Amino acid sequence: MSEPLLQVAGLSTQFHTQAGVVKAVSDVSFSLERGQILGLVGESGSGKSVTGFSLLGLVDPPGRIAEGSIRFDGQELVGMPQPDLRALRGKRIAMVFQDPMMTLNPVLSVGTQMTLAVRAHDKVSKQMARDRAVEALTRVGIPDAGHRLDAYPHQFSGGMRQRVAIAIAMIHSPDIIIADEPTTALDVSIQAQILHEMRELAKDSGTALIWISHDLATVSSLAERLLVMYAGTIVEEGPTARVLRNPRHPYTRGLLDSLPATAPPGQNLQQIPGSMPSLLALPPGCAFAPRCSFASEVCNGDVPYLVTGPSAFRCHHPIGEAK
Amino acid sequence: MLGYFIQRCLQAILVMLVMSVIVFVGVYAIGNPMEVLIPPDAPQDVRNFIIARFGLDRPLWEQYLTFLGNVFVGDFGYSFVYNMPVLDLILSRLPSTLELALTAVLGAALIGVPLGVYAGYRPNAVSSHTIMSLSILGFSVPTFWVGLILILTFAVSLGWLPAGGRGETVTLWGVEWSFLTANGWSHLFLPAINLALFKMAMMIRLARAGTQEAMLTDTVKFARAAGLSEATIVLRHVLKLISIPIITVFGLELGSTLAFAVVTETIFSWPGLGKLIIDSITNLDRPVMVAYLILVALLFMTINLVIDLIYAALDPRLSRGGA
Repeated sequence: MSEPLLQVAGLSTQFHTQAGVVKAVSDVSFSLERGQILGLVGESGSGKSVTGFSLLGLVDPPGRIAEGSIRFDGQELVGMPQPDLRALRGKRIAMVFQDPMMTLNPVLSVGTQMTLAVRAHDKVSKQMARDRAVEALTRVGIPDAGHRLDAYPHQFSGGMRQRVAIAIAMIHSPDIIIADEPTTALDVSIQAQILHEMRELAKDSGTALIWISHDLATVSSLAERLLVMYAGTIVEEGPTARVLRNPRHPYTRGLLDSLPATAPPGQNLQQIPGSMPSLLALPPGCAFAPRCSFASEVCNGDVPYLVTGPSAFRCHHPIGEAK
Repeated sequence: MLGYFIQRCLQAILVMLVMSVIVFVGVYAIGNPMEVLIPPDAPQDVRNFIIARFGLDRPLWEQYLTFLGNVFVGDFGYSFVYNMPVLDLILSRLPSTLELALTAVLGAALIGVPLGVYAGYRPNAVSSHTIMSLSILGFSVPTFWVGLILILTFAVSLGWLPAGGRGETVTLWGVEWSFLTANGWSHLFLPAINLALFKMAMMIRLARAGTQEAMLTDTVKFARAAGLSEATIVLRHVLKLISIPIITVFGLELGSTLAFAVVTETIFSWPGLGKLIIDSITNLDRPVMVAYLILVALLFMTINLVIDLIYAALDPRLSRGGA
């Protein structure tokens, strides 16, 4: 296999605030093949979303990519001028956000928003853009798309709104869609539908997905590979089945144990004690050490990222065993 | 929609009725207009004749009911001072105020909103800080002073523009208008600027606050992620998102300028409504005051109704009767 579609190496994104430097993402590396579905898991504030925005070059000031490289299809995205990045955004790398109520403009009709997205990259007539919008809406399962085009976001249900957002993201058949918790704001039954449809759509069009979520359960049903993030770094990665069955990092174990499905009914859920450290003042060494029952002296020093085959983890005291 | 419209009209009539009672009683309490109008040395029989002619010998409630009855047939009474029908008097002054107010408010919006949007889009640029400092100036410097300085600078020192009056007018729809002649414009310019300064400052601050807020929303992030250009985002997404408060203030300012441009009209000897009402108050010319204030109430309510209709067009979530 030649160069992967997306290769992120040593990515660090920082926010320079008055209180100090917030290290939202530190030394993140991963790669993504064409058509692959990658799950990016972690709790709130672990840097998942910032990683996603970094890929698009959309980190809001005062944030910036401090170091690292993002190679996409032979081009380096870090340091690329904004107009060139804009030409990629939506066209080759698209993004879907958490809450469609917030992302769709409430005062513009769905059709207007879709034609704007089409015409951002392809100089086609309004009518042509509308036709493509109808096509995209039909593809994501919105019935009577031709008429719905003139409706406004508030006239759609939550699931339908997210379908509209997905249709906008897919309208140029991008190579990668970054999905930032797109099902979190939806009912569970709708979640399952959207998950299923996204997977089918991605498969049909050969689009790679980076699925960002705090919910291990949804991601694991979808992703081929999992990345587990904690306090801005990747603590573990590997094929989904391996990570779920045989987690090596104590944090991954903790996440799995706190899933309701794994606890016997009537008993308290396992939780990870303590909370994530402030990204302003990360402890030296392993950021998870203060919450970890396996932690020892060595954890305060540098923790190497141990790569074995398709798996990797960042821990001196891995649990389980290597296979 | 029709029911809503009728409801608003009934509301308007009620407000105008209450308004007329308040003004009627209020003016009655201020003093007797006959003391001003009739020379002190007039013989008693002449005095009685004049008082009886204006119906001022009747009890107040009877005077009011007579007035009300006449209003329903379109007769607002005779001015004590000008000795002409009040309606004709007001209508003869309305166009000059209308064109002054419209020029000022439209100009303020057309200049203020773009400046404010720019300042909100680049909140940290030096030019934005300059714009905001100017807007504070526009807020805090009193109108009469600016008017005098404008006259001093452009009329007296430089001699570029006339200091007062309406200049040449052209008759259109049976009404005299200044804005259709170059000379009229030269007369219109300074008073319009004087009126517009405060409104422009307000538009700048409103547009800036709205834009700053809108730029942080997920709507803008999503539009960026779809690859829309910054110009498209500002012109299509942001401008429409911030339009509601701007339209509201636009309407209120238009109404208050039409009704109460007294200071500017006085300084620039602009023969408008503001001057008329001040003169009427001094002369206790009750029919003019009552008719004028009823007209102002009508004006405000018409403007509010139009604005409500614009709201519904701008933000479909607000429209009554649904899709």
